[in-house]
Amino acid sequence: MLAYIIRRVAQSVLVLLIVGLAAFSMFTFVGDPIDNMLGQERTAADIERLRIQLGLDQPFIVQYYKFLEGALQGNFGVSYRQGRPVADILLERAPATLELAAVSGVLAIIFGIAFGVFTAIRRDGFVSNFIMSASLIGVSLPTFLIGILLIYIFSVELGWLPSFGRGETVQIGNWSTGLLTASGLKALILPSITLGLYQMTLIMRLVRSEMLEVLRQDYIRFARARGLKDRAINFRHALKNTMVPVITVIGLQLGAIIAFAIITETVFQWPGVGLLFINAVQFVDIPVMAAYLMLISVMFVAINLIVDILYFFIDPRLRVDRAKGH
Amino acid sequence: MKSTMALTITAMLLATAAPVSAETLRWARAGDALTLDPHAQNEGPTHTIRHQMYEPLIIRDVTGAFEAALATDWAPKADDPNVWVFNLREGVTFHDGAAFTAEDVVFSFERAKQPNSDMKELIGSITEVRAVDDFTVEMVTDGPNPILPSNLTNLFIMDKTWTEANGTVDVQDFEGGEITFATTNANGTGPYVLQSREPDVKTVMTRNDAYWGIDQFPMEVTEIVYTPIQNAATRVAAMLSGEVDFLQDMPVQDLERVNAVEGLVVKQAPQNRVIFFGMNQGADDIEADNVDGANPLADVRVRKAMSMAINRDAIQQVVMRGQSKPAGMIAPPFVNGWTAEMDAESATDIEGAKALLAEAGYADGFSIRLDCPNDRYVNDEGICQAAVGMLGQIGVTVNLDAKPKAQHFPLITDSQTDFYMLGWGVPTYDSEYVFNFLVHTREDDIGTWNGTGYSNPDLDTMIKSLASNTDLEARNADIAKIWRIVQDEQLYIPVHHQVLNWGMSEKVGIEVDPEDQPKVKHFTMN
Repeated sequence: MLAYIIRRVAQSVLVLLIVGLAAFSMFTFVGDPIDNMLGQERTAADIERLRIQLGLDQPFIVQYYKFLEGALQGNFGVSYRQGRPVADILLERAPATLELAAVSGVLAIIFGIAFGVFTAIRRDGFVSNFIMSASLIGVSLPTFLIGILLIYIFSVELGWLPSFGRGETVQIGNWSTGLLTASGLKALILPSITLGLYQMTLIMRLVRSEMLEVLRQDYIRFARARGLKDRAINFRHALKNTMVPVITVIGLQLGAIIAFAIITETVFQWPGVGLLFINAVQFVDIPVMAAYLMLISVMFVAINLIVDILYFFIDPRLRVDRAKGH
Repeated sequence: MKSTMALTITAMLLATAAPVSAETLRWARAGDALTLDPHAQNEGPTHTIRHQMYEPLIIRDVTGAFEAALATDWAPKADDPNVWVFNLREGVTFHDGAAFTAEDVVFSFERAKQPNSDMKELIGSITEVRAVDDFTVEMVTDGPNPILPSNLTNLFIMDKTWTEANGTVDVQDFEGGEITFATTNANGTGPYVLQSREPDVKTVMTRNDAYWGIDQFPMEVTEIVYTPIQNAATRVAAMLSGEVDFLQDMPVQDLERVNAVEGLVVKQAPQNRVIFFGMNQGADDIEADNVDGANPLADVRVRKAMSMAINRDAIQQVVMRGQSKPAGMIAPPFVNGWTAEMDAESATDIEGAKALLAEAGYADGFSIRLDCPNDRYVNDEGICQAAVGMLGQIGVTVNLDAKPKAQHFPLITDSQTDFYMLGWGVPTYDSEYVFNFLVHTREDDIGTWNGTGYSNPDLDTMIKSLASNTDLEARNADIAKIWRIVQDEQLYIPVHHQVLNWGMSEKVGIEVDPEDQPKVKHFTMN
């Protein structure tokens, strides 16, 4: 068993190294950061000095090695655009993204499960059909269009909610939170809907199909025959068994929410790591791009690793197969 | 009608939701200042934010004319053309209450000459800055420098004592990731005081009631809340929903929409920026074309024909939706040396162009690649696309290669493009700046943006002599002579002068500044 885990961890590290290398080699196509960094009056000597200072004169494999070396010590270099350590900037920006992801995740789970259960129980009702058709919007419209649409309706036409930014934030230690102020909460509504809509639709459709499946099972029929109330059958017996696969999917989607926050953050000028990344691409801010891509891949690799290891514990067949193989 | 109602509701809701005093200016544009250190970066949006808190000796007003700031008057010394004398304003204090004196000016100029400073090129001719008394400063240059004041309008003055006390005498090593006290704090003499700053998120400034010019300028804004909004659609939405009072970097396609909303106006003025095409005329053979062993662009008739093929009026109407002014020379109208006659030398003449091409031996035309940015100038890629069609009419087949600016500009500065788009602004308001960067033969520290390969030693000598010619009449005659050669040689193909658009709510009163650097002390609010 230990051998299996070690092997999986080793595989994960290899994946990270390859992702990092691929990302790093792509940076050569993004453009030259020097041009953005120096004003138009700069001389050839300035360019040369800066190139050497930033280590851009070295082959990219050396640059990559230096990046890895620093990253292992928690040092991601200095942002070319802001002139500050990348690690500081990422830490400063992380709360905004994590809060947005958490709120949209919670919204997606609550509404996803509620709508899923509802459409499963009232399969042919008008409301169910409406929810089902409306949910198609969630999967088929691109995120930025949903965001712009929400801004147009709720900010421009109705003027109810802010179109950009995080509102007022409160600083708790190193964590800046918008959850404790009225304007912060208002500012969260549109972006979290935009970000969570796709996941909500996904969860809703999953819950619905699983629930329909469960409701067809024999034990549900027996429960009905015993004269149990609908409420008890639906929520105590059916829902509980529906949730097992749903929870697995929700776990995997958490990573996706954080990674896909880029578009939502750009549309709503949400000051999180996604917006930071987009700014970095436009400015050819290589240290920020590298650190962000590495963090996101670490996150995905870690989630997959944990899921794999959990399966290993949950599903005894895996263990048996492995044992036979050796 | 509907949007009017929505706006009224918006206004009411906003009023009930967050009672803000009428004097707060909520200001948004695409990007944020990179740093607050006055000498670390030489960049437009960064200077704009600093201008609210710090002051140079001289600033420019909205017409581009000099306006006295920390200096009340300035002139070359009567008996020594190598020295400029600046008389400083008395009774000025920094935000922390310290008095402003000549010592601070000397200190700031020395600071701006440090290697890490991004401003050092602009004051490269200054060899010494000395305080004659508390309110007189003399600047010694290496030879007469008639346009020195033009280079000082973004050179901010810091308080010597404050800077030393906070250990920030050295200019921030921006590229090295250094954060100094001056990066995040500001202590200027300017009309606004920094309250809080979150880079890329929000910067808040409040009115400096001890400002020397408090009675001279409107200064009706008591608080500035500056928020960068990167996405163009969101930026406009924020303006439409009333969350922003003043908007820079307006997308051209939304101008009419914003203008149509009651309570909002869009004001425009010609910007200090010309858009043009450059051609590699210096090489014997170029790579981007299909002509072997020769360079069609080396023939002035070809260059003239290409310029005649460009229909600038069509670009103005269709691509720019009226938001440009066709150009015949590569300097904007505010610049010393600009003339209306030269700026009109760009008539479209397809037949004439074809005849010229045939005369040059390219009756069947040729093909060439055009390198174009797609995220730098207003509708840059659209202009290039239009040019492709127009040049096609005279038989020049153009393959368009549009890229982000981060990839486009190195092509020009590394001489890797034969036909390219470039835009140029003139912060000094003098033709010498244009010649230094775009006309002079490319060398290490001059002609750095001249990607044409053009080299004319006589012209170079004339350009170099401008820097120290104190006889302004003779100097202007030289400038006119150089322009004549640039025009006759068709060194570049001018396209248009960009127009600058600022969106604002009706309560904000301000005229558009051609440098895109609003100074909030001039704003009125009602």
